Amino acid sequence: MSDRSRDFTVLAVSSGGGHWEELLLLRPAFSGFNLVFATTNAELAERDHIDRFLFLPDANRDEIWRSVLCFFASIRLIMRLRPNVVITTGALPGLFCLIAARLTRAHTVWIDSIANSDKPSLSGRVARPFAHEWFTQWAHLATRSRRYDGALL
Amino acid sequence: MILLTVGTQLPFDRLVTIVDSLAPSLPERVFAQIGHGHYRPEHMDWCPFVGPIEFERRIEECSYLISHAGVGTLVMAQKHGKPVILFPRRAALKEHRNDHQLATVRGLEGRPGVQIAYDKDDLARFIAQPKPTPERQDILPERDRLRRTVADLIGAEHRRLAGS
Repeated sequence: MSDRSRDFTVLAVSSGGGHWEELLLLRPAFSGFNLVFATTNAELAERDHIDRFLFLPDANRDEIWRSVLCFFASIRLIMRLRPNVVITTGALPGLFCLIAARLTRAHTVWIDSIANSDKPSLSGRVARPFAHEWFTQWAHLATRSRRYDGALL
Repeated sequence: MILLTVGTQLPFDRLVTIVDSLAPSLPERVFAQIGHGHYRPEHMDWCPFVGPIEFERRIEECSYLISHAGVGTLVMAQKHGKPVILFPRRAALKEHRNDHQLATVRGLEGRPGVQIAYDKDDLARFIAQPKPTPERQDILPERDRLRRTVADLIGAEHRRLAGS
């Protein structure tokens, strides 16, 4: 029994808005595991009665400085929590956590937003080499490296 | 009450202006969440932003939603069984970075409870019609499938670590 399996932790992370709503639709998949949520809006955690919640500063690709802030906050979050599995629906905050988690040898899962129905998202494409599992929510986008196994809407 | 929302990221004055021009002829009041928009509605109650808790309360109260084609609004409308008219943003009009909202609505075409409006005429026509009933939330096999897949992945990783 390794030390890491005793405190097996799942981190579910996304930015606010649609990405968060999609992450929440996955909630039943996390039941029975030691789970921590992270997002960019604390009120969402309150609205959805999240027990264990960590805050991340918001960022999108139009705001370089906020992205840098978010990147370092994500690294710090991963280093402190040391999750065994990271699941994210995007976008930038999820990408940063996924990359940091992969570097700590956690198992990483990217679920591309259902909004991306004609091509994978930009953050999803960047996440590709860091993700153990990469899901699209559109069957017609499935390839060898992009798995389709259901959709949330 | 009819709920109009443009989400939190970007303004969407074109949609707000169209709905404001239709508002006087509507049988119900409209509440509009207009984000960073410059246009100030004259015939609707409005505010730039609504927190998630209040927003959900307004969704519960409304008879239907008019919205940009954002996934967040769509999920919330579905959760509360409210019909929704989606009005996709267009990259050509600088309403979003790219045309993914057009792609999103193409994928949603024909869903019960979801109507897609591309211009003022579409919107006026859908508003005048009785609203379709959204699909039931408890029969979504594709959703269950993805949930099962993710749960299995986590379980497999847990077993792998426990066995190592």
